[in-house]
Amino acid sequence: MAKSPDQEHPCKAFGWAARDKSGLLSPLCFSRRENGDEDVTIKILFCGVCHSDLHVAKNEWGFTNYPVVPGHEMVGTVMKVGSDVKKFKVGERVGVGVIVGSCKKCESCQQDLENYCPQTIFTYNSHYTDGTKTYGGYSDMIVVDERYVLRFPDNLPLEGGAPLLCAGITVYSPMKYYGMTEPGKHLGVAGLGGLGHVAVKMGKAFGLKVTVISSSPKKETEAIERLGADSFLVTSDPAKMKAALGTMDYIIDTVSAVHPLLPLLSLLKLNGKLVTVGLPDKPLELPIFPLVLGRKLVGGSDIGGMKETQEMLDFCAKHGIAADVEVIQMDYINTAMERLAKSDVRYRFVIDVASSLSQ
Amino acid sequence: MAMSSENEHPVKAFGWAARDSSGHLSPFKFSRRATQEKDVTFKVLYCGICHSDLHNVKNEWGITSYPVIPGHEIVGVVTEVGAKVTKFKVGDKVGVGCMVGSCRSCANCKDNLENYCPKMILTYGTKYYDGTITHGGYSDIMVLDEHFGIKIPDNLPLDGSALILCAGITVYSPLKYYGLDKAGMHLGVVGLGGLGHMAVKFAKAMGLKVTVISTSPNKKKEAMEHLGADEFLVSRNTEEMQFAMDTMDGIIDTVSAVHSLLPLIGLLKNNGKLVMVGAPEKPLELPIMPLLLGRKIVGGSNIGGIKETQEMIDFAAKHNIVADIEVIPMDYVNTAMERLSKADVKYRFVIDIANSLKPI
Repeated sequence: MAKSPDQEHPCKAFGWAARDKSGLLSPLCFSRRENGDEDVTIKILFCGVCHSDLHVAKNEWGFTNYPVVPGHEMVGTVMKVGSDVKKFKVGERVGVGVIVGSCKKCESCQQDLENYCPQTIFTYNSHYTDGTKTYGGYSDMIVVDERYVLRFPDNLPLEGGAPLLCAGITVYSPMKYYGMTEPGKHLGVAGLGGLGHVAVKMGKAFGLKVTVISSSPKKETEAIERLGADSFLVTSDPAKMKAALGTMDYIIDTVSAVHPLLPLLSLLKLNGKLVTVGLPDKPLELPIFPLVLGRKLVGGSDIGGMKETQEMLDFCAKHGIAADVEVIQMDYINTAMERLAKSDVRYRFVIDVASSLSQ
Repeated sequence: MAMSSENEHPVKAFGWAARDSSGHLSPFKFSRRATQEKDVTFKVLYCGICHSDLHNVKNEWGITSYPVIPGHEIVGVVTEVGAKVTKFKVGDKVGVGCMVGSCRSCANCKDNLENYCPKMILTYGTKYYDGTITHGGYSDIMVLDEHFGIKIPDNLPLDGSALILCAGITVYSPLKYYGLDKAGMHLGVVGLGGLGHMAVKFAKAMGLKVTVISTSPNKKKEAMEHLGADEFLVSRNTEEMQFAMDTMDGIIDTVSAVHSLLPLIGLLKNNGKLVMVGAPEKPLELPIMPLLLGRKIVGGSNIGGIKETQEMIDFAAKHNIVADIEVIPMDYVNTAMERLSKADVKYRFVIDIANSLKPI
């Protein structure tokens, strides 16, 4: 007989979970495994609210296994280390992102690309190697194999650094892979939410000219004055879009809603690259002529491996890059989710777990 | 008053043109410019029939201006050279592909990417520097800026090398640009027509494993025994396609009809590249999740620059890569176009211009 969440493991844990596709979160008593030889036990201090958390809480992707405790942008302190743990000591600040396991043997894992391993284990809503469900960071503590734990740089703020563990790596990895790092080149960032605003900051740190491409004119002042974007393009302004044709070397497309690709492809120069990191739930229309006539490409990217995630955190620490966040209490989470669905946040909610998560 | 095609230039010329969107071709008198100082004039020997010719004569892309003389896979022999010509002499063989002009000063032109110059002049149907419309290779003579002439290596047969100038470069360029040219890689080729069969031959010469993906099971024997493909997948056979998932480093997709990208993306390994060289006129559906989860790309490519076209034909000569063709007389061209629209050709028609184009 399947054990209940609070009995399947020896260590008591507490968090907030969604129990059905209303997506409404409420307290859940569950349990974590015993700290194994290669594991690190972490007291969670803060956890970012990623848009994926909302998608999964409401079963919008169709594979949610309720109850689900979301959260894959967490920072905390190490409380216990297993006997074989080499990377961490008790008391250290660490982060946990989107994955907590992989096969460790395949070509992807061997190349530090655990995110492309066919047996990736996600921080929540997956099954661990022992067959039990994984629970995420909207909770008081977590036990993680040290390979999937990140060292959290001292000079990164905890609250602003937490979202980097998903949003940060999601834009950093393709920027590196697709070569979007040559100073002086022109990057377009489509969508100005959690992913987009971090992409702007990273783009500036790479020495790029950055143009935000958005459907909301009211985000312009913020984008330029606070985030440091060089220019702002409203997609519904035909004259401005026309003037910007063929001016961008690359575009990071963070938009999750279904949207037309042709206007974005037209903004690219010859050999330009449009990289999608958002997850529309339906296929998009891809016009082929612009790809052929301009030798352009559309590519995808999915978070990053552990080594690269660490590199990203260190890069952000070096350049003073953190997410712009609104810190909330745990019991605000349902309101936060509603606001997130309407993009009413600048630019990530972060739950102050340690101060507000109580049984 | 605009001059007629016959009178706009001083040198009389003769060819076959389409006059309306029926696409029917018939004899047509026109004229070519006098040989300018950087021009070569040549007698056309052979001209390949590219599928683009068919799209153009029937105005399927909506940009045709009639009358149009198609043909951009042309091989001939030089009869006259301008005073400043250095690349060719009288009697040399010369090839012309899809372009006869470009601005020569933009960043793309300077980078040997004339094919991406915003002012690129196509071999037919485009305005030349002098404002007249270019006419293609279904004709007896041509006058060409030497920069856009390709030297034909001696060991390549003239009729078989014509189509390398379009079909060949169209697949060679993306194999190089997208890094799908390394021995041991696994390449898929979708569609086995003019472009597809060239892709198989080039890729095999580069040392790749090649799998042909086709809707027609009856092409399998030919693909494997004659063209040298290693494997053959029938795209409608879901079991075969499933089994081949996650096995290819890249795919060259030569299919112009609207078709599904999802199964092709599934065939790619992580970091795999799907390269479109056929251009369906309607957008295709792009599923985003598979692209993300495997960090895959869908890219495009359009012919190649002059320098690369020369490199490509030299590569073909070195590896004895010859296109498979059906040589036809000029007056067979309308039947050939009908057969081409049904993909009933192995794998390109080539018009024997010199021996069959007779002035009226």
